[in-house]
Amino acid sequence: MTSLPKPRGRLSEQVLAALADLPSTPVPAQPSAESEEDAALTLWILHELSYRGFADIDDRAERDPELFRLRCLLEDDLERRLRDRWPGRPEGAELGADFFDWVADHDGPSLARYVRADATETQVMDLLRVRSIYHLKEADPTSWVIPRLEAVPKAALVALQYDEYGVGDPARLHHELWARGMEASGLRPEYGAYVDEAPLEVLEQNNALSMFGLQRRLRAAALGHLAAFEATSSLPSRQLAQGLERLGFPAEMIGYYAEHVEADAVHEQLALREVCVPLAEAEPVLEPDVWFGAWSCLDLEARTARRLLDAWGVAA
Amino acid sequence: MSTSTPRERADIVLCPGGPMLLRGEHVVVDEHGEEHPTTRPVSAVCRCHRSASAPWCDGTHKLLPEKLRP
Repeated sequence: MTSLPKPRGRLSEQVLAALADLPSTPVPAQPSAESEEDAALTLWILHELSYRGFADIDDRAERDPELFRLRCLLEDDLERRLRDRWPGRPEGAELGADFFDWVADHDGPSLARYVRADATETQVMDLLRVRSIYHLKEADPTSWVIPRLEAVPKAALVALQYDEYGVGDPARLHHELWARGMEASGLRPEYGAYVDEAPLEVLEQNNALSMFGLQRRLRAAALGHLAAFEATSSLPSRQLAQGLERLGFPAEMIGYYAEHVEADAVHEQLALREVCVPLAEAEPVLEPDVWFGAWSCLDLEARTARRLLDAWGVAA
Repeated sequence: MSTSTPRERADIVLCPGGPMLLRGEHVVVDEHGEEHPTTRPVSAVCRCHRSASAPWCDGTHKLLPEKLRP
């Protein structure tokens, strides 16, 4: 089971103390985080209570009203910041016809391009460790959305997720492929093992995904995020596989990315044409949030890429 | 809330500018006579003839100018 991360400020410290001693230790009444990073780590910890929990922490913590209240306040703050940055639904764009071109036009700095030709082994190991925060629960945040959908988008989303989950074979399940790649690369494959190394931008990527998935109100944003994620995966996965080959990484890690070249070429079509478009047709009021979720995905990945490239001394 | 009415589901879908989606288990024979069984609930067959994973789509069509896309 996952170990608790180290605190990154007053708020995460207080929440970690409360988790270890519920219900005796009071949860802070206000999210008085010391920094954005302190707030992001706290929200990540609270979200994890709804995934796989933590070793030695009572499973009932997920339903503690004070912790839940704090989660809501931190999510509201994250959503507000994302919506403030969002330029809004692209004018005149049609979801089905224009989405992929819109994604291509919002191409940010690319970690995959850098890994393909230039990254060192140490830099790739940095990348794999921080990517593991998501890849070890790959597809899980989107599964929260399934029971909230009508028949057409639901059936298509389940077909997509079924492929993510290895078509019933645990050995082909994507987060399991990732774990085997980590292990073969000499890294720890346990869920959440490297969260202490995850920078703010990576924590926020994960928090946004969990927030979109966990809140029914944000279901269209969750699916827009999915469509943008899949639409920016196939070609970059090829570049990552080439970079890992260049550096002599083990076949398991290369295989993870090679699988995503073909899988996500299917998933991007399904996510857009059979999930998001039918959802927006059935509930037009949700259509702007499809774009909002998609934009959030691209924005958060661009911030992560800039953060890592900057740490490596590479111009984004 | 309005409901999305399930239509009869197509087994083969030609994606504008992109691949052909193929639902279910099939064997695709390529131009060299080689057989490629599908491995996914839905597969994407390349239509731009530039995929490095042929016969499967690898997203390469997105790099082509619009007039060269399928």
